[in-house]
Amino acid sequence: MTAPTASAPAPTASQPDSMTRTLVLDGVSKQFATGTVALTDVDLHLRSGDFVTVVGPSGCGKSTLLRLASGLDDVTEGTVEVNAHATSYVFQEATLLEWRTAAKNVELADELRGLPTSQRRSRAQEVLDLVGLTGFEKQFPRQLSGGMRMRVSIARALVTDPDLALFDEPFGALDEITRLRMQTELQRIFQLKKFAGLFITHSVSEAVYLSTRVIVMSGRPGQVVADIPIPWDYPRPPELRYSSEFAALTGEVSTALGEHS
Amino acid sequence: MTATHARTQHPSAEHAPATPASDQSQQSSESDRLNQSRVGNDRPVGVPGPATRPSAPEVEARTLGTASTTAVPGPPRWRAALGKAAPILLALAGIAAIWYLVSYLLLPAEQRFLLPPPHEAFGNTATNPAVMTPMLEALGRSVSVAMIGLVIAVAVGIGYAVLMSSAGWAERILYPYAVILQTIPILALVPLIGIWFGYGLGARVIVCVIIALFPMISNTLFGLQSASAASHDLFTLNKATALQRLTKLKFPAALPSIFTGLRNAAGLSVIGALVGDYFFQQGPVGIGGLLRTYTLRIQMDALFTAIALTAVFGVAVFTLFAVLDRLVIGRWYGQRQ
Repeated sequence: MTAPTASAPAPTASQPDSMTRTLVLDGVSKQFATGTVALTDVDLHLRSGDFVTVVGPSGCGKSTLLRLASGLDDVTEGTVEVNAHATSYVFQEATLLEWRTAAKNVELADELRGLPTSQRRSRAQEVLDLVGLTGFEKQFPRQLSGGMRMRVSIARALVTDPDLALFDEPFGALDEITRLRMQTELQRIFQLKKFAGLFITHSVSEAVYLSTRVIVMSGRPGQVVADIPIPWDYPRPPELRYSSEFAALTGEVSTALGEHS
Repeated sequence: MTATHARTQHPSAEHAPATPASDQSQQSSESDRLNQSRVGNDRPVGVPGPATRPSAPEVEARTLGTASTTAVPGPPRWRAALGKAAPILLALAGIAAIWYLVSYLLLPAEQRFLLPPPHEAFGNTATNPAVMTPMLEALGRSVSVAMIGLVIAVAVGIGYAVLMSSAGWAERILYPYAVILQTIPILALVPLIGIWFGYGLGARVIVCVIIALFPMISNTLFGLQSASAASHDLFTLNKATALQRLTKLKFPAALPSIFTGLRNAAGLSVIGALVGDYFFQQGPVGIGGLLRTYTLRIQMDALFTAIALTAVFGVAVFTLFAVLDRLVIGRWYGQRQ
């Protein structure tokens, strides 16, 4: 892979998942037209079953990393390789189309691909049930709470059954209680769907609680300064957050953050 | 566990019970009223008054049951409509009051013709078919000019804005024309339009379109550009075509602004129809032409009636689009303003 490819077709379907890297970033750097260097020499490998969170100070290029992985932006140097039949992206805000009901928002991707109506209805219903929005299909976004809007947004990302799911700080705008609940929900969904997840966050405890690996980035220009594996199996009970092992790991992540920001 | 957990938690959140809750409060206030009236008239022995009435739901249900069998005061919807119309009716009454005041108290009798009292102005005209018939015909002509002009302005305005929003260079090239159109005083153009296009329906419609076009263009353009960067990313990630992006993102996002433009354009198209008519002084007479004629002849009764008719026309057009706006947009965004 010499040329940066945003997304590749999926020859992977027949191969066993463990052999395939869903996302490979090799020596990726990004410099914007303004001259700002957002990322330097980032290597990142993700397989299905990996849930990697990225923490780092503001402006360290965490979101840029996602934009490069999704193909929304092009790299300046290095390569991005994606082996996924579908990639999904969950934005910071729910980013719902206000004129569409919850179900119609979830159907968007299938609609744009030209799937027949009956098929996309049942697919949307499936993921709406999965995120706990049964009965809210016909509600318009303005009628939903912040947490529920984010659920719709996650359902919309899951409807294409992605192998690679990118999350750009999706719970940052939610209140603490909703946020903790959404973390549990996301974990359950991840356990069920087994995609490769790349999750950006500001919250160290969110990172440790959710992921199989925490990647710590330095301040601008962003560089990977620590790659900390998280050992626990899923599902992780919410009480895990109050255990001493949890505290030890969040301490390790915070220390890595503190040394490099 | 979590899915059912979420389901049980949310209906209580904010909206699911919204209708039942408001219904209930409405009903309970109604039953309160019934109770009170019953108390006021002949309070049955043993039935507690509102103050000591226990708030148990069975009591509520029982009083509601009796309420449905006895006479229920006027339907709430009718009351709500009256409540909404009240300020407008009050304003009209205020205008009429001031009008009479000026007409009878301020103006000496020999100058009363300057502002004849409403019943005389409208009454004398309405009962005189020789004045009323041509006036209504003229109004009809002006209405059709305004409506044709509006439809063209809307179509051209939206089309022009869509074209501009398709690319940055398109906007840079096309926008100056729209601005020039807006900055040239229309009154300076009207005589020229008459000379070029004659004085018939076509020329009047052109005046109308020129006046109504700009708010359509600018509001639509603003609306088409209002979709968030993230929602554009969403469409990019899903490999949407340019047409899909227009019809499923930019256009629906623009609808609230388009309706704002429509309301402005509708008002301006009425003005456009009158202006063309007023200045042409040739060709088929519209209500604007009659305004001029009545002014010159100092036919005050007819003049006031014509002014009132144009006002009613303007209000009708505005209301039409306000209702349309609420029907289409209100569903998504709740009630605006």
